[in-house]
Formats: sequence, C-alpha cells, structure tokens
Amino acid sequence: MTLAPEPLAPETTGLKVRLRLTDDWFTACDLGVLLPGRGVAALLPDGGQVALFRDRDGGLYAIDNRDPFTGAAVLSRGLTGTHRGRPFVASPLLKQRFDLTTGECLDDETTRVETYEVKAA
Amino acid sequence: MTATPAHTPTIVLVGHGMVGQRFLEALAGRGLTGTHRVVVLCEEPRPAYDRVQLTSYFSGRTPEDLSLTDPAFIEQHGIELRVGDPAETIDRGARTVTARSGLVVEYDVLVLATGSYPFVPPVPGKDAEGCFVYRTIEDLLAIEEYARTRATTGAVVGGGLLGLEAAGALQGLGLTSHIVEFAPRLMPVQVDEGGGAALLRTIEEMGLSVHTGVGTQEILTGADGAVTGMKLSDGSELATDLVVFSAGVRPRDQLARDCGLAVGERGGISVDERCRTVTDERVFAIGECALAADGRVYGLVAPGYEQAETAAAAIADDEASFTGADLSTKLKLLGVDVASFGDAHGTAEGCLDVVYSDSRAGLYKKLVVGRDGTLLGGILVGDAEAYGTLRAFTGSVPPVSPESLVLPAGAGAPAQLGPAALPDDAVICSCHNVTKGTIRGAVTEHSCTSVPEVKKCTKAGTGCGSCVKVLGQLVTAELEAGGVEVDKGLCGCFAQTREELYEIVLALRITSFRELLDRHGRQGARGGEGCEVCKPAVGSIIASLAPSIGASGYVLDGEQAALQDTNDHFLANLQKNGSYSVVPRIPGGEIAPEKLIVIGEIARDFGLYTKITGGQRIDMFGARVEQLPLIWARLVDAGFESGHAYGKSLRTVKSCVGQTWCRYGVQDSVRMAIDLELRYRGLRSPHKLKSAVSGCARECAEAQSKDFGVIATSNGWNLYVGGNGGATPRHADLLAQDLSDAELVRLIDRFLMFYIRTADRLERTSTWLERLPGGLDHVRDVVVHDSLGICDELESLMSAHVAHYRDEWAETINDPEKLARFVSFVNAPDTPDPVVGFVPERDQMKPDLPLLDIGLRRPSQDDLLEGSTRR
Repeated sequence: MTLAPEPLAPETTGLKVRLRLTDDWFTACDLGVLLPGRGVAALLPDGGQVALFRDRDGGLYAIDNRDPFTGAAVLSRGLTGTHRGRPFVASPLLKQRFDLTTGECLDDETTRVETYEVKAA
Repeated sequence: MTATPAHTPTIVLVGHGMVGQRFLEALAGRGLTGTHRVVVLCEEPRPAYDRVQLTSYFSGRTPEDLSLTDPAFIEQHGIELRVGDPAETIDRGARTVTARSGLVVEYDVLVLATGSYPFVPPVPGKDAEGCFVYRTIEDLLAIEEYARTRATTGAVVGGGLLGLEAAGALQGLGLTSHIVEFAPRLMPVQVDEGGGAALLRTIEEMGLSVHTGVGTQEILTGADGAVTGMKLSDGSELATDLVVFSAGVRPRDQLARDCGLAVGERGGISVDERCRTVTDERVFAIGECALAADGRVYGLVAPGYEQAETAAAAIADDEASFTGADLSTKLKLLGVDVASFGDAHGTAEGCLDVVYSDSRAGLYKKLVVGRDGTLLGGILVGDAEAYGTLRAFTGSVPPVSPESLVLPAGAGAPAQLGPAALPDDAVICSCHNVTKGTIRGAVTEHSCTSVPEVKKCTKAGTGCGSCVKVLGQLVTAELEAGGVEVDKGLCGCFAQTREELYEIVLALRITSFRELLDRHGRQGARGGEGCEVCKPAVGSIIASLAPSIGASGYVLDGEQAALQDTNDHFLANLQKNGSYSVVPRIPGGEIAPEKLIVIGEIARDFGLYTKITGGQRIDMFGARVEQLPLIWARLVDAGFESGHAYGKSLRTVKSCVGQTWCRYGVQDSVRMAIDLELRYRGLRSPHKLKSAVSGCARECAEAQSKDFGVIATSNGWNLYVGGNGGATPRHADLLAQDLSDAELVRLIDRFLMFYIRTADRLERTSTWLERLPGGLDHVRDVVVHDSLGICDELESLMSAHVAHYRDEWAETINDPEKLARFVSFVNAPDTPDPVVGFVPERDQMKPDLPLLDIGLRRPSQDDLLEGSTRR
C-alpha cells in the first residue's frame, strides 16, 4: 500500500520550471524531473548554479546551489523538510539548514543564500 | 635514606587496591591531600584496578580497562604513588615505614590496606608447576599462558564465588574444567542446599564437572615436576594439567603482627568503630586485612569502601563509624544470576522461609520473613531480577505478600513491586551507600535529568552496577512526577522513538513515509515535509523491513529516493568539494589480482585518488556525479558490486588469513568472513555495522573492536558484540562461546535484527548495548535464550533480507530513468560541476576549493620538516 503519488510525467503536463533572472524568466527544466522532496541543480547563463526543489503540495523553490559553509555546490543534494512551518533544505555536507523561501540559515542567522523567484509555466 | 619535608604531616597508605584507592578519593574529598603529604606503597606493578571484575579480562577487558586509577587524580592531589614497592617493616616507635626499595617514610598517620591473600590448603605438591591462585592480573596472565601452552584440563579447588569464576575462565580458555568443593554444595556461604542444587544443575549443563563433598589430599606431579592430577579425599584421582586454588582468602596481617599490632584469633588487624587499630591510635586498618569492631573480616568491596570513608573521616576528625555492613551480593556466575541479601540463611529466631524452586529450569528463590511479616533476607538463583527491589525492602514489611514476590513471571499474577513503593531511606546503591532519597534529590534539587547525570552526582550505580536498572526507573518516575516532559520522540515531526516507529511500520505494513507522517506524526507536522532527521531514519526502517512489509528493496524506488541522505541517493560517499568516492565490495578483504588490476585501471582512467581503507578494501576518490554510472558500469562488468560504504548498513567483514596460511590459525577465518559479508551485505540498520573474523586468539583482525566480531577457537567460534573504535572505543563483549558455523550465523541473525529493531537512530551497537536496560545480559537472554519468544521472527526477517538482496548498483546502471539523475546539472547533463577541481599531491591529486581558502595558513618553506614528504 502506498499513498505517495508518482511524479507526473513531463509529457502529460508540458510544464517547465522557470526562474526570474533580473528581467527574464529562465527555463531551467521540465517540472516532471523534480521529485517531491528532492532537489536538482541547474546551470545559469552566467555560470552560476541554482538548486531547485518541489514540495509534496507542488510548491517550487529556488536557491543558490553553493553551500556558503564549505564552498561546494551541493545544496541541491540535501534533504528537505519543514521546521515550524518553514520549508528548508539541510546541506548534505555539514547539515546546516537553509530556509527555502528566504535563504536564511536556520542554524546561523548571520549567513544566508540567494533565492530566486520561481514558477511552473 | 629518609624523606621528610618539614611541618607537613604525612599519611602513609600501605596497599593500593580497590579500598586503598577509595581511601585516597575520600582523603581528597575531605581536602586532606591538600594539608597532608600522602605516600602510597603498592606491591603490585600497577595501580589500583577493579579486582571484582577480574574475570572480565578473559572476555576481552584489558588491564587498562580494569584500572580504577586516574593518573590525573594522583598527580592533581600530589599523591606519591610507588607501585612495585611494598612496605616491608613498620617501626611504630620511630613512626617509620621501610619499603622494599629501602625508602624510609616517617608517618603521622599510617593506614594499612594490605587486603588478603589466597588461602592454599597445605597439601603435598601445592607448589608444583601448574598450580596457581586467582587474585591478581599477574595470576591471570600466568594462568592464560600455561593454559595455552601446557594444559588441556584444569581443576579449581573451591566452589565459592571466585572458584566458579575461575572455572568459567578455564572453560573459556578451552580447558575441560572441574570444580572440587569440600562442602556438600557450591557457594556454601551464599546459598543454602536448595540454591546449591539449582546452581549445580545449571553449571553441570554448561559442561563443567563438579565434585562436591570431597577435599583435595595431594597434588600429583610427573617426572618434570608439573601437575598431572589430584588425589581426592574419597580415594579417587582426577587427571588435570592445571590447578587453581580458590579456597578462600585470609587477611594479610603479617606486617601488623611483626610490629606488634593486635590481630584476631583467626587473623585480621583488630580495629575499633572508626577503623583505628585497637593497639595504636596513629594506625588504621581498612578492607580485607581489618577485623572490624563487630568481630568480622569483610571480604566484599562495599564494606571496604565504607571503612575507607570511615577512616578518612576519623583522620579529618569527623564523626563516622563502621559497625558492620550489609553482605548482600548479586553476581553473574557463568551466566547464572546468583544473589543473596540480608539474613539469607534464616538465622533470626522464629523466622520463616518462603521458597519457590524449579530445579528443571535452574530456578531457586527463597525469602526469609519474620513473624510480623518483615522481610529479613533471601537467596535468588537463576533469576535475580527482583534483587534490587527486594534488598531495599529488607528490614521492612513489603506492601504485597512474600510469595507473590518469588513466583516466576507468568505464574499467576506476579507482583510488580516497583521502586516507587520504596521508602526514601531505602539503600538503592549499596556499593556507595546511596539512598532513594538522595537519588530523588539529585533529580529534584540538582536538576539531573538522566541516569548518567545522576550517577555522576550521587555515585550511585558506579560500583558493581547491579542497581542501575532500579536507578533508571527511579529517575524516570521522579522526572515524570516533577512534571518534566521527557520527550523521547525521534524529532520535531514524530513523538515516537525509532523503536516505536519500527514497530508501527512492521505491524501496519506502512511502506510510505508520507502515510506514516500524516497518520502517526505530531499534529503540527502532519501534512508537512518531515525533516532531515526522520526522513532517512524512516527510509532506513522501510529498507530494513522491505521484503517483509512488501516495500521495494531498492532504495531509489519511488518515494524512497526522496528519503535517502545524499550518499544513499547517489550510492557513493560525498566528499568536501562535492565530488564522491567509490568503494566496491571486497568480501573478507580477499581479492584476486585480476580484480585488483581492474580497480587500478578504472582509477587511472578516471583520474581518481586511491587509498586502502581500514576495512580492507580500496576507496577511489574524486569522482564527479556524472562519472559514477560510467565507473560502476565497468566495476559491475568486472564482477564487483556495491560496498555500501555510503550506507548505514553493513560495511565490511575484515579477516586475517586464518588456518589456511597462518601457522597459528585454528579455523578458516577468511571463508567465514566472506560468508558473513555476503549474508549481511545491503542490510540497512540504525547505523553502520562493522565486523571482523580472526582465525585464532591472537586476534589480528581486531574483531573485538567491531559491532559483531568473531574469534576462532579450537572448538568453533566465539562471538563478541558491541565493540567500537572511533571516538569512544569499546571492547566488544563475549556473547557466546564455541559455536558451530550454523549456531554462529543464527546468533548473528538474531542479534542484528534485535539491534535494528530496538536501537535509536545513529546509535551504534556499543551505545545501544550500554543504554539498553539489562545491557549484555538482556541481549543474551533475548537472542540466546529467546526470553521474549521473538527469535523465530528475528530469524525470518533476516532470511527475507538475505533472499531478496540485489546489488543496487547493478540495478541502477540498468535503469535509464534512475541514471538520468546522475548529472551535475539538469539542464546541461554533459557539463561537469566547475566547482569540483583538483590539484596534484604526492603523485595523485586532492580537492581544490580556492574560494573558501581563507583563514588557512599557507605553509612557508620553513615549516617543512627536513626529509618530510613534500606537501
């Protein structure tokens, strides 16, 4: 018995994950490749990296992929969760948690990562 | 040579055993080490160690483990400890002690803590080669050496406490073992006839031969002067190569006799209630060498400790007295619980016995009750579970009838007499004389919230440890009474412990994290995402139980993929710069040259850094995400499979070459290691599992530092559990001896599944074993004696795992959808992560993370040691 819905196949939705870069909406990937609770990394036109996440209710999040504590580009590979109603990703290296909507580090208020406006369209 | 600093009064302690060390701690506790010079003369070559646990040396505790002496304590308090330099003479007129080295120390106060010596009956041949006593670590080392090289049979003279321990040790060394006891039953001092019978049956079932009611008349020797046998008082002869005398101890009072101190008729230095010798007010005697004011010589450590405190108090001019002590004991002898407390033999006038006896099961329980219902004492053999509570009730009328206290669980309704019913002045820890009131105070007044904190605060439970269970119940009860919510929940999402979640998943066959969270999570967490704590924990539970609950055994299937830590998600180990390392399985550490070459070629072709691991395999570092499938395609092709170095699962089973090559080996350790590694590969567990198999007692595979370790004996295998290296090393405990291959595997199956079922998340077997109420004994009861009746289930869970194992890397490289995840960028699958960079080092390469290289000192040329490897 499993209640977890399978991720929707991309061809049935045709939806793309797009994020706001200054003026333009940048198309990162098909919505269907985002597994709820798991992230992916996308390469930006300027060579930067973004980590994209999707929660179980379909909410999308985009933050800088670089872990500010180690310098490695790994945040997309962390585990996501909810802490007091705030969605977060925990760095897979040293486990600091980052708020997915604000980019604030929940374990060190002096540190934050960049966030991006993101939508499925 | 005389050494006397002016003005500072001097305390000289003769003897540094358990009681001596306790005396030093009592001096320090009263500040006397600051005002006095303290000199300790110790005969043995090492400072005080835990003589009570002496036998545990044979189950892997080293002399260092047994030590009771913290060098920092000695140093901090300026104590002059002279090991291997015993006192030889005392001149009470001049107030000096002369040591063997010739050192003469003047004293203001002299404390004798010389202990006792083993009594060796004056039979012909008692000094022959192969005769030993059982008292010091040196004795044990000598017995071990002799047993290994020159003996196949051993006999112990004396069936008391130590005698049974010694016999168990001889059996553990692989000898056929005999016990010869002059009295008509075993442990004549502690148990009565009924108890002795229950004990006899159990011990004979273990394969030891017991000869009661016979004395030793002569030790027989061969032409070379070594022991060949014993002649017994019934005229029979017993062939044996080794004899251990354990026929009781006698106070070591010769030093006192020689300087004219009064001693008792049967030995022991006569002291008053303050432990001062009756002859000389400047001289004290404590422990087993002292004849206390009540006319007894106490051979147990708890009264000795009390005497140490009393003497220190007397020296500090405090009021304290020692008028007699509780002789209660609880022991585990050869795996049998034996306890006696209070008036065990019913010597009080008009007292009555309540007895439950089941010789078939080796159970014997007797309570001695006064006419008014007061519990006076008792004896428990085979099941001493109730000891802690019963001892504390001694001297009062228990709130339930005595017979309900001795009935076995399941017979009618056994009374659950919890520690809550105890009065505040009941002594819970008799080693340190800590009452229930003191323990409650530690929680209510000193804000202790856990057993370890209470132990530290009150010292309760730090002696023999027999009260720890009751202690735990008291602490929990007190915390709950104080309104402290003891939240044992796994995380902010689940109020259940990992163990409870395991039971829920198994019973309800829940295969989805979301379902578990939404139905069983804390109110506020339902419908949420979970967190980084519970997701992998639940993922691991589902993976452990997969075949039994109908979940996919492949950790990247469906929702399970979202629960895995990054290591499990990419089936590789994340390193600091975002690259991964790859470890193929090399079962037992055995590898053919062709396969070694394949690993070398792959590492060369992908430019990987290679290193030999501590688990006898090869780690390849520096692989980018998108390289992992390519590397594994080649590894799988060459016959390798996942080594699960990334998982909380079985890592490796190390081995030595064993009897196939080694001239000392007694079993084929490599074959067993391979068998075990292949059996348990891929088993997800609360934490990583490490194992090893050694082919002989030399233990080259270091099995005693593993979660489960196996050491070959000439009769089979010994299984050790709960070992650990790492930050808090722990020697593994012996779970069972001389097992056949099938018995060994069955026991490990049960042990691992019981651990997986009951451990907390990220709790290694070592901490689990120490946290679990009842510890090793409880685990042994469950997995060896099947006390919970769950062994069939544990075994079937394991066989389901073994039957359904599949290599997850082989599965992954054959699944295009899963392979698509192995990219650095979802929108540029062929582009490598530019952050992952490397620089050369010592003919290979290392990660380069230039952007965060702040605060790190660049080594200048001067920092390089001459001749060192270039960094």
